[in-house]
Amino acid sequence: MKVSALLSTPSELTDTASSKCAVVLMTRIRLARNLAGRPFPGWCREAQREEVLTRCREALAASSPMKRSVNSSVGELSELERQILVERHLISRELAGAKHAAGLVINRDQTVSVMINEEDHLRIQVLRAGFQLKKAWSQIDGLDTELEERLDYAFDPALGYLTACPTNLGTGMRASAMMHLPALVISSQMEKVVRAVNQLGMVVRGLFGEGSDASGSIFQISNQTTLGESEEAILKRLGSVLQSIVEHELNAREKLLEADSSKLFDKIGRAYGILQNCHQLSSSEAMNLLSLLRLGIDLGLFPEPTRALTDRLFIEAQPGHILAAAKHDLDPAHRDSLRAERIRQEFANVARPDFSLHQKP
Amino acid sequence: MASSLKCDLCGKPATVHLTQIVNGKMHKVDLCEACAQAKGVTDPGGFSLADLLLKASLNPEALGGESASPAVGVACPACGFTPADFKKQGRFGCPQCYQTFAGMVAPMLENMHKGVRHAGKVPEKALRRRSLAERVAELEAGLAAAIKTERYEDAARLRDELAQARREAASPTPEAAPAPSQTAAPRR
Repeated sequence: MKVSALLSTPSELTDTASSKCAVVLMTRIRLARNLAGRPFPGWCREAQREEVLTRCREALAASSPMKRSVNSSVGELSELERQILVERHLISRELAGAKHAAGLVINRDQTVSVMINEEDHLRIQVLRAGFQLKKAWSQIDGLDTELEERLDYAFDPALGYLTACPTNLGTGMRASAMMHLPALVISSQMEKVVRAVNQLGMVVRGLFGEGSDASGSIFQISNQTTLGESEEAILKRLGSVLQSIVEHELNAREKLLEADSSKLFDKIGRAYGILQNCHQLSSSEAMNLLSLLRLGIDLGLFPEPTRALTDRLFIEAQPGHILAAAKHDLDPAHRDSLRAERIRQEFANVARPDFSLHQKP
Repeated sequence: MASSLKCDLCGKPATVHLTQIVNGKMHKVDLCEACAQAKGVTDPGGFSLADLLLKASLNPEALGGESASPAVGVACPACGFTPADFKKQGRFGCPQCYQTFAGMVAPMLENMHKGVRHAGKVPEKALRRRSLAERVAELEAGLAAAIKTERYEDAARLRDELAQARREAASPTPEAAPAPSQTAAPRR
């Protein structure tokens, strides 16, 4: 299977939107694993990196969940293909920029992706739409157990899975949720939330991880510590933090509606107007407008099927996806007009927002 | 200047000092004005603080002082990695580095994690396979020695044990292990 084929295949992230993921857009779990007796990728000679890459690719190709997959070295992929995989949250920016032997294996529905020779020999990831910590864990646990039959993992009874960075020792597990928190952002409560979440040992990041901004009011919340607790205990703790953030977001929405619904409806109505009529649209503006539209869907202003459209466009309005659709190189200004054209078309048939539901008698 | 603290990121004199409680543990970070601004620490909406604190805990000197770092000359026998490399990269060289630099790792972990002992999944299959491979190698050496010294009774016994160990090592799923469900991996 090729990367280009992935784009035309229905994927977990672009095709499974439902009202169940109103606030939590998606759940991800990743496991860091290394092979015993070999230096970590950052300290490895090229020949050893090559050997690790080959071994891991073979082990993955033989595992049942990864039978029909994209299984490739990073070098074989074009820059655009790498960018698209980053935008789909399937590989990291670091792997996309890898200069040495590195690889990736991604299954057909794009729920599982494995990076080889990133910071660790293996970074296994499972991604599920919505709030799905348990499901994601059982899927990744199963794949990990299968891989262990073919690969000797570096493991220490006291320190757990040994990783290049001590911050990942123990379970090697980072679980995260991508949360859409527009009301907390509008009502300036994010700072408070971030502090509270930090104190509970969880980390808040922007859409594309460390150092990225939170365009579209989308945040990633994940566990910070990996050693000293079982996977289940970490997931349980994270789950309850996420649940309470969901409640705060929903409360903030209620308050915004009560206090000044016309201000909120004005934002959403304008976003709709721009999405239907724009001729120049940057990706960050697109994210922010789509975010408002998605809030409108949650509030019942737009019909439910519009959700699938906004969630797909969150991904497909990113620069790499716009470039891929154009099939030739574009400068940023040209890209913005192409993005606007695409979005105008997509929203041409979306009904006007129905504000009557919230009108006070 | 009264304060001799240096910025955790660039080493210039630090003027911004942050303390945060995470999981009931105190974390401190010292920054110079420029780094604080660059990292968005002074911006109330900035949320990179947690990442910053985590990175600060990778600095062994900030934790246990000189006593926590092993002698500068020590290198990992498996990969040649040194404490100076760790200071530069914040990553270790190979799995064995954790043994080589155990004295440096231990104080780091206390600040970094919820506990210092692994309490999660154990790769039972991989560990069992490795211990079997070690047993096969051990028996082979024993058998060779027995033959060489003409201890034929021992040799016969070792030969049988070796055959048994090789059979076990070759079978991917041991009869002894009941096929566990994926979620019920054995815990320590």
